[in-house]
Amino acid sequence: MSDTLPRDTTLPAAEGVPAPAAPAPRSRRSEFLYFALRNPKLWIGGLVVLFFAVTAVVGPRLTDYGVQEYVGPPASPPSAEHWFGTTTFGQDVFTQFVHGLGASFIVGLLGGGIAAIVGMTVGFVAGYRGGIVDEVLNVMTNIVLVLPTLAVLIIIAAYLEVRGVVTEAVFIGLTSWPWAARAIRAQTFSLAARDFVDLARLTGVPTRKIILGEIAPNMSSYLFMTFILLFGGAILAAATLDFIGLGPTDGMSLGLMMNNAVLWSALQLGLWWWFVPPGLAIALIVGSLYFMNVGLDEVFNPRLRTT
Amino acid sequence: MLEFDSVTKEFRVGAFGRLTITAVDDVSFRIAPGEIVSLIGESGSGKSTIGRMILRLTPATKGTIRFDGVDVSTLGRKELKEYYRHVQGVFQDPFSSFNPVFKADRVFEMLRSQFYPDRSGSEWEDRVAKAVEDVGLNPVQVLNRYPHQLSGGQLQRMLLARALLLDLRLLVADEVISMLDASTRVGVLNLLAELRERGLSILFITHDLALGYYISDRTIILRRGSIVEMGDTRRVFQDPRHPYTQTLLASVPQMEWRWRDRPVSAAVPVDGDGTGDAEPVTVLEEVEPGHWVAVS
Ligand SMILES: Nc1ncnc2c1ncn2[C@@H]1O[C@H](COP(=O)(O)OP(=O)(O)O)[C@@H](O)[C@H]1O
Ligand SMILES: [Mg+2]
Repeated sequence: MSDTLPRDTTLPAAEGVPAPAAPAPRSRRSEFLYFALRNPKLWIGGLVVLFFAVTAVVGPRLTDYGVQEYVGPPASPPSAEHWFGTTTFGQDVFTQFVHGLGASFIVGLLGGGIAAIVGMTVGFVAGYRGGIVDEVLNVMTNIVLVLPTLAVLIIIAAYLEVRGVVTEAVFIGLTSWPWAARAIRAQTFSLAARDFVDLARLTGVPTRKIILGEIAPNMSSYLFMTFILLFGGAILAAATLDFIGLGPTDGMSLGLMMNNAVLWSALQLGLWWWFVPPGLAIALIVGSLYFMNVGLDEVFNPRLRTT
Repeated sequence: MLEFDSVTKEFRVGAFGRLTITAVDDVSFRIAPGEIVSLIGESGSGKSTIGRMILRLTPATKGTIRFDGVDVSTLGRKELKEYYRHVQGVFQDPFSSFNPVFKADRVFEMLRSQFYPDRSGSEWEDRVAKAVEDVGLNPVQVLNRYPHQLSGGQLQRMLLARALLLDLRLLVADEVISMLDASTRVGVLNLLAELRERGLSILFITHDLALGYYISDRTIILRRGSIVEMGDTRRVFQDPRHPYTQTLLASVPQMEWRWRDRPVSAAVPVDGDGTGDAEPVTVLEEVEPGHWVAVS
């Protein structure tokens, strides 16, 4: 499958050398790196995500305009002056895009990260411990699951005068973990019944290490997948919140851009430059993460390795 | 050395744990140093549960398990680790005993980091190689490989090698050869027998009477969580006293018999699934020195 992909000169070892029968790297870490670098899915996906991350950091320095500032002729297509064109109101789309990209990364990383940490912790502990602990955590999970998120957010919005991206991300993170906890609990539960877990216990390995060192590596691509879904979910959730006016009181996000574009009929008016960049960016980021996940599966699972 | 004293294990099952299964019912026995004891019973009779309780992988509901006179349920974290230095287990499914994402020899490394953190690299590697050779394996063939690249017999031997790296005194061997090919079974079985020469005690759990007879000094026959007969292996096999033991022995396929020739008496049903007929309370009675039989 690597034959169909362009050969990259930065990876000379990947193609020329015939695969050794037993790969040389000794330690597990260097072995991962070895297989990770040989895996095109992983580094192509990684490069795309990296590209957007760099754009989010560097982009704002390339523009002198304010995010909401009316700076040019309304609804003009991309030009040398306005790289991504302008909105119906004459705001610079590129400026909005790079700022929105940053906000979306923050919401995705922070919101997805918090949800992943809470969901994994709850799922691992419930699945490994079972019994009473499991039942208590299950009740907790169900409560958060049926919590009327929107109502809670409206109440919070009433008390918080100024809301930033971070507040939004934390809120999304703390409310979106239940499904992840359930999925991970089920996986943990079945893995905990395997004999190698008993063997680790007979070796005196502490519980935390058994979960992180024995069980988690068996579902690492699954965990990464969970994070990707939470990451993408957080970005989309933020877009929804932004749209109904519960998002950050200032600032821009990719979701907000798309929703503005839809709101002001960019689609019907043919202002494709308004909604294509944010839509494409979200799709590419989430898609690349998914692509990386498939690659990661091959790196983590020795049976899927082609050598 | 090991005393199993009136131990009962109940599992709570069903929603909110409303139902209980008595997997092990008031079982008592001892294992002396250097002794191989076989624990024989049908599937579901509670054999593995007994092994797991000895290994403290699951707690007993009632009764006490003592090792050198110390109640194992009271062991703290540090003491438990010392206990595991002397008492280890090997299980039925070799492929489930190895973490599939890591190389198989990681079991040795885990052992080193937990029990011998100060051993240097090459000294330890030599010890591992020696232990691997001791169980009849070639280190070059088995080290630095993934579990799926090795055979069940090789993996099971590696687990024995792992246990032997400790100051092992009691090994719980739970159906260790039942998933191996016929050709490799005897090798592993003989290996276990050789271990006794080192003064090791073994609890040999099996559902196969012939294996128990082959290897053990003493035999415990388990039925639905209770001991029905226990004693010197030769006595139990040559002069079974409990009807259940007699039926079990009669139903073993014999090499010189074909199924058509089997006597009609062997057709007595060995055991149902335990539903319906309530088991009367039984006590063990000593019918001859060291030979105990359950009586109602
Ligand atoms: N973790 C468990 N939860 C509920 N029931 C169990 C559990 N483990 C074993 N049992 C039940 O206990 C009985 C004895 O099981 P086990 O000790 O595995 O038998 P054996 O090893 O002789 O086949 C069986 O009826 C089994 O269903
Ligand atoms: Mg069993």
